[in-house]
Amino acid sequence: MKRFALAGNPNCGKTTLFNGLTGSTAHVGNWPGVTVDKRDGVYKKCAEPVAIVDLPGIYSLSPYTPEEVVARNYILDEKPDCVINIVDATNLERNLYLTTQIMEIDVPVVVALNMMDALEKAGDRIDEKELGKRLGVPVVKISALKETGLKELMDVAFETSKKPRKGKTVLADSALAHLIGDVKIALDGQKVENPLFHAVKLVEEDEIEAEMHKETLNMVKEFKKTFSDDTFGTDFEALVADGRYKYISKNFAPVLQRKNKEKIKMSGSDKADKVLTHKIWGIPIFLVILFAIFHLTFSENLFYLGSMFDMPSVADNQAFIAKNDDGSLVYETDDEGNVIYEKDDNDEFVLDENGDKVPVPVLNYGGRWIACFYDGTVYSPGVIVNNIWNDMIVGEVSGRLSALVEDSSMADWAKGLINDGIIEGITAVLSFLPPILVLFLFFSILEDSGYMARIAFILDRMFRKFGLSGRAFLPMIMGFGCSVPAMINTRTLADEKERTATIRVIPFFSCGAKLPILTAVAGAIISQWKPGINADLITYSMYLLGIIVAICSVLLMRSTTLKGETPPFIMELPAYHAPQFKNLMAHLWDKTKHFVKKAFTIIFASTIVIWVLTHFSFKWNFLGDEDINESILAGISQLFQPLFTPLGFGSNSAALREFGWVFVLAAVAGLIAKENVISTFATLAACLSAIVGSSLTAGINIDAESGIGAVVAMIRATGITVPGLLAFIAFNMTTIPCFAAVGTAKAELQSKKRYGWTLLFWLCASYIVGTMIYTIGTAWWTAFIWALVIAVVVTVIVLINKGMLSRRKKLN
Amino acid sequence: MEKSLDTFSLGESGIIKAVSGEGKIKRRLFDMGITPGAEVYMRKKAPLGDPIEITIRNYELTLRKAEAACVVAEVKKV
Repeated sequence: MKRFALAGNPNCGKTTLFNGLTGSTAHVGNWPGVTVDKRDGVYKKCAEPVAIVDLPGIYSLSPYTPEEVVARNYILDEKPDCVINIVDATNLERNLYLTTQIMEIDVPVVVALNMMDALEKAGDRIDEKELGKRLGVPVVKISALKETGLKELMDVAFETSKKPRKGKTVLADSALAHLIGDVKIALDGQKVENPLFHAVKLVEEDEIEAEMHKETLNMVKEFKKTFSDDTFGTDFEALVADGRYKYISKNFAPVLQRKNKEKIKMSGSDKADKVLTHKIWGIPIFLVILFAIFHLTFSENLFYLGSMFDMPSVADNQAFIAKNDDGSLVYETDDEGNVIYEKDDNDEFVLDENGDKVPVPVLNYGGRWIACFYDGTVYSPGVIVNNIWNDMIVGEVSGRLSALVEDSSMADWAKGLINDGIIEGITAVLSFLPPILVLFLFFSILEDSGYMARIAFILDRMFRKFGLSGRAFLPMIMGFGCSVPAMINTRTLADEKERTATIRVIPFFSCGAKLPILTAVAGAIISQWKPGINADLITYSMYLLGIIVAICSVLLMRSTTLKGETPPFIMELPAYHAPQFKNLMAHLWDKTKHFVKKAFTIIFASTIVIWVLTHFSFKWNFLGDEDINESILAGISQLFQPLFTPLGFGSNSAALREFGWVFVLAAVAGLIAKENVISTFATLAACLSAIVGSSLTAGINIDAESGIGAVVAMIRATGITVPGLLAFIAFNMTTIPCFAAVGTAKAELQSKKRYGWTLLFWLCASYIVGTMIYTIGTAWWTAFIWALVIAVVVTVIVLINKGMLSRRKKLN
Repeated sequence: MEKSLDTFSLGESGIIKAVSGEGKIKRRLFDMGITPGAEVYMRKKAPLGDPIEITIRNYELTLRKAEAACVVAEVKKV
């Protein structure tokens, strides 16, 4: 099968073209450097199927960033049958700079002029035939977005790939032409492939090249002694780059005819930029956008309408309340079958005019639908989607399934496994799909529109204080979605130390899978203690805590083990464009597939394993729910339990000593996938209620989605304190991430030693943060001790860095 | 008048005369089209005054003042 490689500048539409050609849904974003590794697909509409390889976007074939090396090595070593060089027609000169380098390689090349639609819309024209003639390779106009010209492009590429092509350089007229010619002949004599390309790179004294051809490099060094240019002296690298651009401006740029000769005019992008990157308002606008995203995803009081107006709840209207056949109202009951009564914010029963307690009515089907959108307050879109999904779809289905199992003639243990183990676990996980998707959708819109790149621009100054560049912002914010793509994306960072530091703190940006832990535990704290604050507030603060820990960690690492210059920040700002609906839906669909697959594979399997291991003793006897304390997992977890005493979920009290191991188990299960933390609670809550009895589940429903009931049951069984719970969230957020993320980190760090230190770093960070929260939360005066410790550490680091203390050997 | 790019005021444009700086950074600047003879226009400064945004070869590029200091340009008279 023939192989065609797609090469071009970052953000020129390679991946859009790749998706168009192969029918894939690879991630596309309006940010330079979304694709950081090569990707394969197949195009089927040619005479024979063709393999398509999407290379990372590069500006040059120099060896300075990992993605440049990936692209360069692919074209040189894997020898594709044809290189399709995608050129952004709206940014011709700089894109052709890469073209002049690719043309020096002995490989068939076709130039695809992309974004023709945008160019023509602006009234500009390109004479592609003339450009093709001047370049000496075929040029095809396409629009990857509108999918026009793709068939023609592939046909031309297919024809071109049949005849080999010799490299050609635009430097033939430059002062270095002779030297390049001589080096090429020398390399040719050594039977080096692609002699022209290597000759030019050698003249540039490219690091990789100089290493490969040491002897020939002497030729260049000899020549250098006799050479001097007026502007550049003996800086050949500069001479070569300058030569390319000069040639491009002189010979290729004239094929572009601009309608509007005035270059600096106000486009739509400029107007948007005037506001969004405003000198004073830029940062506040960014914060407002970030807040709006979280508000639209999580708020149960949209725009605070519920606080501004007095709105009735759905149950106030008799038409929406369910009735029995005899016309009497149906009331809510807890797991024990007792009627639940309404309580006010202070946990006091609400009394009617006769002094009787008011039972909570059950809504009828129509009422339940309305309650998904509105109940005394208007819900945010995120909450609405969440309600519909959980109350009307997943809740219904799982309820019916459980009832079916309960009524069947299966053995009790099988019923337990299916209902409490599998169905509980999977519903707990599936119920978190809506907030994850909604949050992800908003971030996709930010990225696709081009705003994300502006955020890097706005925040660079701040990031620099922490020893990072603004570019590190994208991988970090991607971490809110999932750590895996975020860690892979760090390849756009050229500096290795900056990369290592970024990879290490990415898990602190709480990912979608950690969100259930936050919402379930926060919801349970509110439901159990009624502290008079909103559950969202706890969720927000935990997100913020993650960010703060990340900042502190970066500062610490950059001033101790990962010292180095602040890396440069030279980045293209893409034009704003309206997010593509198709593109957004493709992203969402990908995310959904990934999540559902995970729910039914890893999480499904681990729920069964956990259920089995908590229902069998070491002697392999089946245990009833009431005997889980004798189970295998209980035994193992109890061994480690004391370790977590400083964090408040170890062996702190008698009740915690007895059942506290569930927190340890949940945290360990979270190492497989963070969704496991809450699904483990869901599985174990049923068992605990069998031991402790009805007091555990009074007034709550442990089967409820969102896991809040399950966590409340845990709280009541173990007597864990609020600081202990907060420490538990913080520990899970900052500890070693899930399996998949750890694997990615290992691959991306590319060093066993660094990987080992990274694991240790995660463990220490989470242990320290958890302990700090628990101790300060339990006894506020310990804050002074912590402050003192931190002050001493900071002072010591500063003194060492200033060379005022004798230098000790440091970890790397 | 020649001056380094980081000292350009908003809306000023010029022709690049020389690019200096350490290997990696200089190479990056060249690759992005910042070469002698190219026209440059100072478009914007970030909220905290740094980094800056310039127009070069008809596209927008952002870089820090520290990197812009490596670029010397002749200010164009308006």
